[in-house]
Amino acid sequence: MKRFLLFLPLVLFIVLGFFLYKGLFLNPQAMPSALEGQPVPEFKLMTVSDSQRVVTKADLKGDVYLLNVWGTWCGGCRVEHPYLLDLAKSDLPIYGINFKDELPAAQQWLKDLKDPYKFTVYDVDGRLALDLGVFGAPETFVVDHNGIIRLRYAGILDSIAWKTTIEPLVRTIKEEARLGKLQ
Amino acid sequence: MRVLMLMVSCIAVLLLSTMAQASSVETYTFTKPEYEVRFHMLNTILRCPKCQNQNIADSNSLISQDLRREVKRLLEEGRSDEQIMEHMMMRYGSFVLYKPKVERITYLLWYGPIGFAIFGLLMLMFVVVRQKRKRQERIKTSSTTDSAMLNDDEQADIDKLLNQ
Repeated sequence: MKRFLLFLPLVLFIVLGFFLYKGLFLNPQAMPSALEGQPVPEFKLMTVSDSQRVVTKADLKGDVYLLNVWGTWCGGCRVEHPYLLDLAKSDLPIYGINFKDELPAAQQWLKDLKDPYKFTVYDVDGRLALDLGVFGAPETFVVDHNGIIRLRYAGILDSIAWKTTIEPLVRTIKEEARLGKLQ
Repeated sequence: MRVLMLMVSCIAVLLLSTMAQASSVETYTFTKPEYEVRFHMLNTILRCPKCQNQNIADSNSLISQDLRREVKRLLEEGRSDEQIMEHMMMRYGSFVLYKPKVERITYLLWYGPIGFAIFGLLMLMFVVVRQKRKRQERIKTSSTTDSAMLNDDEQADIDKLLNQ
């Protein structure tokens, strides 16, 4: 027993070392969003394509939809754009949030690269993005039929991210929505 | 000569002052001087979510600019420091605070070091006490057996050698 007690510090050191070693290989940018499980924040902003049109949270419709944060200043968004166009061809609605951008540049972007969004909110001072806990672009939120944010995906949305994380969740939410309607 | 020195030092001071100005990012005017003090305090304890090893006072990323503006807005609304920190935590998670709150999942973080220190001290005490007890036992055994003492023959041999 006494022998064992003497080895306790070594054992503790090894356990601690193991966790610290594992910590070296974690991605520090991968952070859970504080907003997962929370409703989409309220907003009242104009759209990029039509500055007369004012949209609110109530205009975001769909059993499940994506909220995509982008800006013309963001290189990753340009990479991501073709994939969003592909996704838009399916029945999944995508809404854009244009984040800290210039209106003419954003309009030109949608004209040149085509528009995958139902509409894009023009969030010039980043208030909505701040309420969403956005800290960069591109970022994509998956929102369910109750308007609850189910997932935040930070980074470029591509076919790998879609197949591994987003599509399974979208399917689950669709199923939940279907069951909810039956009740 | 003295005039020249004065001029040089004046220019040096001027240069330094412009450098200081360039490092401050944006200027806000506050309705109460108290807000300004709290603004700077909050900016040093809030962590920039994008550039992870800087606080929002140091960082000049887009997100930090936004967060500083948000802090200013909330201060002007008359919110308390706790409310502002809570507001940020609602959006960016506990990551945004350099000093995480004492919660169930942060117990190890907060009390772990104290626990380790106590454990270490206990181990040290245990080892020291045991060593002391061992030494005392050794002294006791050596004094009872008299093994350190010379017997008569040995003593006689030594006396003989010394007297030569």
